[in-house]
Amino acid sequence: MLEITLFYIAATIALVATILAMTRANAIHALIYLIVSLLAVAVIFYLIGAPFAAALEIVIYAGAIMVLFVFVIMMLNLGDKGDAREKQWLSPAVWAGPALLALVLFIELLYVISSANGPVSTGVVSAKQVGLSLFGPYVLAVEIASMLLLAGLVGSFHLGRRYLDRNTPEQQEYQQGGEG
Amino acid sequence: MEGLNIPLNHILLVSSLLFAIGLLGLMIRRNIIFILMSLEVMLNASALAFVAAGAHWGQPDGQVVFMLILSVAAAEVAVGLGLVLQVQRRFKSLDMDNADRMRG
Repeated sequence: MLEITLFYIAATIALVATILAMTRANAIHALIYLIVSLLAVAVIFYLIGAPFAAALEIVIYAGAIMVLFVFVIMMLNLGDKGDAREKQWLSPAVWAGPALLALVLFIELLYVISSANGPVSTGVVSAKQVGLSLFGPYVLAVEIASMLLLAGLVGSFHLGRRYLDRNTPEQQEYQQGGEG
Repeated sequence: MEGLNIPLNHILLVSSLLFAIGLLGLMIRRNIIFILMSLEVMLNASALAFVAAGAHWGQPDGQVVFMLILSVAAAEVAVGLGLVLQVQRRFKSLDMDNADRMRG
């Protein structure tokens, strides 16, 4: 009974935090709401009997990926000027149409999933089972994932390399400004 | 823990609501950082559906696919944030409407 209550609380927190994250003007505030949402989803994972997925959700999603966002926002050094413009973009005239379209898609999805029955989980799927499955029938998928991560590494290095180049005009300006 | 005795419907409902919110965020935001965050929300929602389905049948396959989604999200966000740096450097703004032409 307690677990059922915990599930509904976690689900509510996840939904509210995501809505707040999507409507903030300040990127860092949105990011912190997003981290709360990811932590709530990790609680749901734990409750439905997937403790390994819950741990990965916290370590990789809420840890690594969100820290990457924080670093980029810190590097960009956005000021209050951006916040005012974001608020202006978030007027109801902008989001009413997309909200209607997203609502229609959501209702269709609701119709599709309404036929799913039965309890959500019957026991815990342990990390050992996941590992045996991962390196048994899914070993090719692991190889593909490793190639994908390598491609992501090379791609992000290529895209970020010129930003780190010290000889760009704005970098020189920044250095001169720092000295003066 | 002996599993959770709530209908599978409810967790799929949460997952599809999260996905719809992410889709809405993707459509209403023009800031590239928020677009990337919305993509993360959508990937996370689909991962929740996979894990819930795996738990429903007591099979580890759902969590395996969750890990694959995790690696996709990590690679996507690394490349996406590299693009954020390039957009900021080139247009001095994070507004994606500046980058609506194929030629920089």
